[in-house]
Amino acid sequence: MKTRLALIALAVLAVAAPSAAAAPRASLTEIEKQVMCPVCGTLLQLAESPQAQREKAFIERLIAEGKTEDQIKDALVAEYGDEVLALPQDSGFSLSAYVVPIVAFVVAAIALAFGVMRWRRASSSGRGQPAAAGPKGDDAERLDADLARYDL
Amino acid sequence: MSVRSSIAVLAVLALVGLLVFGLLSKGGSRVAVGEPAPGTSLPQLEGGGSESLADYKGRWVLVNFWASWCEPCKEEAPALEEFQRQHGGAKFTVLGVDTRDLTSDGREFVREYGLSYPQLRDGDGGAAHDYGTTGVPENFLVDPEGKVQWLLPGPVDDEYLREQVEPFLPQEKS
Repeated sequence: MKTRLALIALAVLAVAAPSAAAAPRASLTEIEKQVMCPVCGTLLQLAESPQAQREKAFIERLIAEGKTEDQIKDALVAEYGDEVLALPQDSGFSLSAYVVPIVAFVVAAIALAFGVMRWRRASSSGRGQPAAAGPKGDDAERLDADLARYDL
Repeated sequence: MSVRSSIAVLAVLALVGLLVFGLLSKGGSRVAVGEPAPGTSLPQLEGGGSESLADYKGRWVLVNFWASWCEPCKEEAPALEEFQRQHGGAKFTVLGVDTRDLTSDGREFVREYGLSYPQLRDGDGGAAHDYGTTGVPENFLVDPEGKVQWLLPGPVDDEYLREQVEPFLPQEKS
């Protein structure tokens, strides 16, 4: 029984160890693409202001402490607020930044499809009708009389 | 008005509303002399509490927006500290607001320049936005009723404080 448990533990370790080792180490290059320089209003990657330098140094310090990318981004949010993130968070009110464009796109697509269907229906029903009729009644007789006067 | 026209009008109004909201939220105009100073509540730079300008009602307050990465802020810090030593008390205080700065850097700045006046933390720049600042440093003198009486979008020095701010303050320091 003990041997079996030991084997199971070894197997679990064998599976878990490589995945833990494979966890990517946070890098400044990756993080500065995802966060803003709050003073400059640009991606940190593109910023060279004194504030941006301090922010980069802060990130490097946290990387040296072994913090993960998410932990570093959380620390930046704690310092500068949500606006430090280049992309809004996918929870709470910030989720609307993702949902609203999708809803707007779907509504626009439905409206467009509806418009195209109506246009096609209108044009196909127009095609089935006979060509516009000529004058009728007195007008037709007058036209015939006029035409008869000409030697065509 | 047909349903289709109503929808079109609503869509245009929504678009205009979004544009106006975008323009307004982009940056407020600077608080003017005579206007009430925004009373945004902020955490203290050192310690766990929070404060707002309302806590200083009844005193003259020189609100100083600064950041540790700002060179002019370093130049004006000694003058502000000296002014606080001369005039700080029950009727006046300088109130520092460390804006868009790292907490540790802000605390280091306070230690380095030996600033004794109260300091608040405005990490996301919300208070700076409420005051309509366009950079750091900026200074606002708020009277005991909470109205802005003088402002300077830039650094102060000894002479400026003596000539521009001192005349507003009560004569006796208590």
